[in-house]
Amino acid sequence: MGESSNWFTRELAARGVSRRDFMGFCSGMAAVLALPKTAAARIAAELQRTEKPILVWLEFQDCCGNTESFLRASRPTAAEVVLDTLSVDYHETIMAAAGHQAEALLRKTVQEKPGGYLAVVEGSIPTGANGAYCTIGGRSALQIAREVCGGAAATIAMGTCATFGGLPAAAPNPTGALGVADAVPGVKNLVNLSACPANVENLTALIVYFLTFKHWPPLDAWRRPLFAYGKAIHDNCERRAHFDAGQYVEAWGDEGHRTGYCLYKMGCKGPVTFQNCPNVRWNEGTNWPIGCGHPCIGCAEPDFWDKMTPFYAHLPSVPGFGVASSVDKVGVWATAGVGAAFAAHGFMSLAKRWRAAEHHPAAREKAEEAERRARDEDKGGQR
Amino acid sequence: MTHIVVDPVTRIEGHLRIEAEVDGGSVREAWSSSTMFRGIELILKGRDPRDAWAFTQRICGVCTTVHAIASIRAVEDAIGAVPPPNARLLRNLIIASQCVQDHVVHFYHLHALDWVDIVSALKADPAKTAALAQSISDWPLSSPTYFAAVQNKVKAFVERGQLGPFAGAYWGHPAYKLPPEANLMAVAHYLEALDWQREVIKMHAILGGKNPHLQGFLVGGAATPLDPDKQAAINAGSIAQMRGLIAKARDFVARVYIPDLLAVASFYKDWAGHGAGVGNYLVYGEYPEDDAAQPKLFLPAGVIRNKDLSKVEPFDAQKITEFIKHSWYDYGEGDDKGLHPAEGETKPNYTGPEPPYERLATDGKYSWLKSPRYDGLPMEVGPLSRMLVAYGSGHARVKELVGTVLAKLAVGPEALFSTLGRVAARGIETLVLAERMEGWLDELAANMASHDLRIHDNSKWDPASWPKDCTGAGFHEAPRGALGHWVHIKDGAIQNYQCVVPSTWNAGPRDPSGQRGPYEEALVGTPIANAEQPLEILRTVHSFDPCLACGVHVVDAKGGEIVRVKVS
Repeated sequence: MGESSNWFTRELAARGVSRRDFMGFCSGMAAVLALPKTAAARIAAELQRTEKPILVWLEFQDCCGNTESFLRASRPTAAEVVLDTLSVDYHETIMAAAGHQAEALLRKTVQEKPGGYLAVVEGSIPTGANGAYCTIGGRSALQIAREVCGGAAATIAMGTCATFGGLPAAAPNPTGALGVADAVPGVKNLVNLSACPANVENLTALIVYFLTFKHWPPLDAWRRPLFAYGKAIHDNCERRAHFDAGQYVEAWGDEGHRTGYCLYKMGCKGPVTFQNCPNVRWNEGTNWPIGCGHPCIGCAEPDFWDKMTPFYAHLPSVPGFGVASSVDKVGVWATAGVGAAFAAHGFMSLAKRWRAAEHHPAAREKAEEAERRARDEDKGGQR
Repeated sequence: MTHIVVDPVTRIEGHLRIEAEVDGGSVREAWSSSTMFRGIELILKGRDPRDAWAFTQRICGVCTTVHAIASIRAVEDAIGAVPPPNARLLRNLIIASQCVQDHVVHFYHLHALDWVDIVSALKADPAKTAALAQSISDWPLSSPTYFAAVQNKVKAFVERGQLGPFAGAYWGHPAYKLPPEANLMAVAHYLEALDWQREVIKMHAILGGKNPHLQGFLVGGAATPLDPDKQAAINAGSIAQMRGLIAKARDFVARVYIPDLLAVASFYKDWAGHGAGVGNYLVYGEYPEDDAAQPKLFLPAGVIRNKDLSKVEPFDAQKITEFIKHSWYDYGEGDDKGLHPAEGETKPNYTGPEPPYERLATDGKYSWLKSPRYDGLPMEVGPLSRMLVAYGSGHARVKELVGTVLAKLAVGPEALFSTLGRVAARGIETLVLAERMEGWLDELAANMASHDLRIHDNSKWDPASWPKDCTGAGFHEAPRGALGHWVHIKDGAIQNYQCVVPSTWNAGPRDPSGQRGPYEEALVGTPIANAEQPLEILRTVHSFDPCLACGVHVVDAKGGEIVRVKVS
């Protein structure tokens, strides 16, 4: 360890990070993940390994938004160390190599390190037109995903497109777009980080967790880590007190909007969206969507482009303080659809729950809890 | 004759393939192909037009504001919503901060490695590097110790033997001309810019909740409330925070980006003679300075033909047509007719080789991009076009900066029409915008001080207030160039939607008369030292800042009703 510690200490020093800061970062990571105190030392040891774990990042039907999110990685200098701790051997948007030299790097990783690299997928995978809706180096996204994810130690689907199909899969899904789980069934150790884009804080936490403990954290029914997707936005929202008090924004720019009242009547999907936005926030904690005065659009949930739209129609009712009777009647036609959509969501998650629980027995209890909550939401939706 | 394929073209947004014929050390023919398609306009059909901005925003996560802006403008134009002055100022700040951040990221992280050899930086003398840095700028991070630390960091990285994203590149290629010291300085600033971009884009988090994909947009105005006395609104604290971010942006652009650009360019003056392209330039104009129906624009609209800066024609949206002769789509009336976007029709029909494939059939259809033309001509769009039109229209600050840059590089105005000209124009635009932003922030603060807190035209929020059948167009200058959205709304729902975007203009294939698109034209004549390592192709293509996911779109076949899966 002596050699690598020296290297690591030098590296930290070159980045202006003290050993103490670094350990503080590791404790912070342990806290985000709700791990026992002893975990910090284990995280630190793992981050100093001499050989950097290899990561390949694939972009398919994407907008590059998750790559941009990745470039905003916060907890500045220490997080930079974490990302540098990986060897990012393939990433179209940042890599220096191009053309066949770039493709050779990917081929080399897949052939020489079977089961020895992490894959990140950004964007959906089209199945229409024999794969011609997305090709790279002449190969279809599907061909590449099967090969690369098939040989990976684990795959992270980053963003709602890679997770659930996302925007390209929105009705009428012109290209037959699918998320990784559906396009490459049976792919090993898949973890989904939905949201549009996924928050880089969650990616960083996830990678650190995996490298340290060699398995994924407990996942929900959609294979998303509970540390980031375990609670509804509504339950952690800084405007929750206004919801409970029946204080709502009624028009853009009105007194309530300026005061920070609840955006429920303007269409907020926070009550049915599971994500840690209110806690982790965005851009190093600067703000988050509800914080800027716009309703949540539910971007972490499956099929949100179809099920959460129209975005400005409010949800039918939300369990809590019986506000359903007091809200106006805007969007009644839409609410019936939204309610049914959540009923379907509940059913699907019931079907998938056991798969997730089987894979990670520790997740069973939490998954059941999430499931109960989702069912309650569904009932709310149908009232 | 050697046939070259560069696929993927990396360090861009999206999926781009270049095929080229090389003979006698230069490119004889070139074909630009986009190899990804999603069909977002199809997906929009039947939806609430107030939602459209969020859908189109996801066309691109790099220029994450541009399709949202064009969309809300198109819908506002259709329904007659009039955003209040504060919404204009908030949007100007959002658009300009996007452009400034994006241009810097392009220069350092997407384009620099075409000119900067990282491996050569290992041979640099840190003291000489410091002397070089101090001779071009008073930026404080310029000591020999600083550059030695950066060099050690790179050494440590290389010694570990895992080159990660820097493996397999064209290091040592004879077309790299910078001395080791200039390479080391650029590497240091590559790393600094990585921190800088993360910081300055907090403007978007303040104004839109997050970046990428900020969420503060609204048809009819902005979702971000203003109130000097409220915690949940843009208040004095947020104004101060934004003032700090703008200063930070301006400081880095003026003291690092521009000096670096001039230093690097001075070693590559031969690139003022390559990559000219089609020589026609199109600009829709941006940054409304008032609230009139036809506002004065900070960067003016206009059209320049055949590199003639003495004549800037007014822009006429009716002169835009799109062709599909070489694109994987069908038109009802055949492949030779061009259609205006408002009547655009498209039916995807892939006729290329089945993947995996080695070569595209470039004499037939070979791209998911269409070929937009203006008055029948291919047009270049982007920072170079904007700076040329501003220059030709007498924009004082642009004229001054263009003059300064040309003088420092000791080249004439003809140098602008080139790969190097594109790189320089992007830098000039960045500085012009970074300087202008604080003025818009001051106006916003002044409005707040006089208790004008309006952010939205509530009168047109309810779809019942809209015409039963209406059409609109929204124009915008994205970092990569002229962007237009066209929308047709019927009974409160989107009937038809069409985007014609910057990378379609620049990266599109040939049209029915055989005119090459701007990338293709710019590549013809490019010198190639080694066909196995076509670094020079990357230089010219990257100088346009390709953004391919933006470029690809589809509307449904005319009259073809799309049945949306209704959740019920």
